[in-house]
Amino acid sequence: MIILEKKNTYKAAYKAAFPHTLPVMTGYLFIGIAFGVMFADKGYNFLWAGLMSLLVYAGSGQYLAVNFFDPSVSLFQVVFLTFMVNVRHIFYGLSLLDKFKVSGKKKPYMIFSLTDETYSLYFLTKTPPDVDEGKFLFALATLDQSYWIIGSIIGAVAGTLIPFDSTGIDFAMTALFIVIFVEQWFEKKNRFPAVVGVLASIVSLLVFGKESFILPAMIVIMIVLLSSHRIEEKKKAEEVKDNE
Amino acid sequence: MSNLPVSFWRSVVIILLVAVTTFATRAIPFILFPEGKEIPKAVQYLGKVLPPAVIGMLVVYCFKSMNITSAPFGLPEIIAGIVVALLHVWKRNNLLSIGMGTILYMVLVQYVFV
Repeated sequence: MIILEKKNTYKAAYKAAFPHTLPVMTGYLFIGIAFGVMFADKGYNFLWAGLMSLLVYAGSGQYLAVNFFDPSVSLFQVVFLTFMVNVRHIFYGLSLLDKFKVSGKKKPYMIFSLTDETYSLYFLTKTPPDVDEGKFLFALATLDQSYWIIGSIIGAVAGTLIPFDSTGIDFAMTALFIVIFVEQWFEKKNRFPAVVGVLASIVSLLVFGKESFILPAMIVIMIVLLSSHRIEEKKKAEEVKDNE
Repeated sequence: MSNLPVSFWRSVVIILLVAVTTFATRAIPFILFPEGKEIPKAVQYLGKVLPPAVIGMLVVYCFKSMNITSAPFGLPEIIAGIVVALLHVWKRNNLLSIGMGTILYMVLVQYVFV
């Protein structure tokens, strides 16, 4: 018991969490740098980039937001476009309602820091049995955000000075999601929802176009998953009846 | 500060609006289903099956700007994407798959499909 309590510290949580965050570190440093460079091109120095990454903390959201710093964009558009590009986040919370119960006072930060990558990590990693889960999740979240802030500051400071063509560096984010997709694919029970997610998104992309396909894709995914679940439940109920 | 495209305070307001709106999209489920309130069965089920579906959606999301109707027909994305997947099935090393895939993609868009 004493040993368990001793290890139950933030230090143990960060030590356990760090190796899991390495892929996010790679991705975030690169895409954070890319954001910093873009923002610096607009005339905003590293302090602005750091502030934005501290307060907003959203990959594609911040890429999009770079375009908002223009007299032609209204504040209403800022809110509307940000909501549309981030609307997928609504799904994330739905699958973390239980998991975040252990977070206590840390919960508001856990919700704030719910990026695509951090969300994916929660399902890729298991809390070691001797580490407090709330602290472990918090360590994952804060490490990820620190990479993002550091990356965007590096980008804003040096990105424009380094004679280096960074075109295509943002593919790190795509690669990260492919890796997570493959990891999930190894677990058989994930395959059906994974296929539904891909197909619904492709169909929705073809029908609605790249600017507005996420919301319809989300609705289709929900309908398909819920109705297939209902059919399965019905089948099960009938089997039970037949057996009687 | 004179070289900013919009005023200092407008810049601050834009950042705050983006921050609050982003936080709102993340907080909605927790506001709808606060602790202590029973979560409907359907929502519980969705919570379990959504993660793999969302990852699938995010992969498609990353490829959304790919242009398959004109040169290079999305080839850099497709080639690098397949390499990442195969490399990962083979070695299952996150850093290797992401690092090699990203470098390959950069070489493809900068030197091969120019």
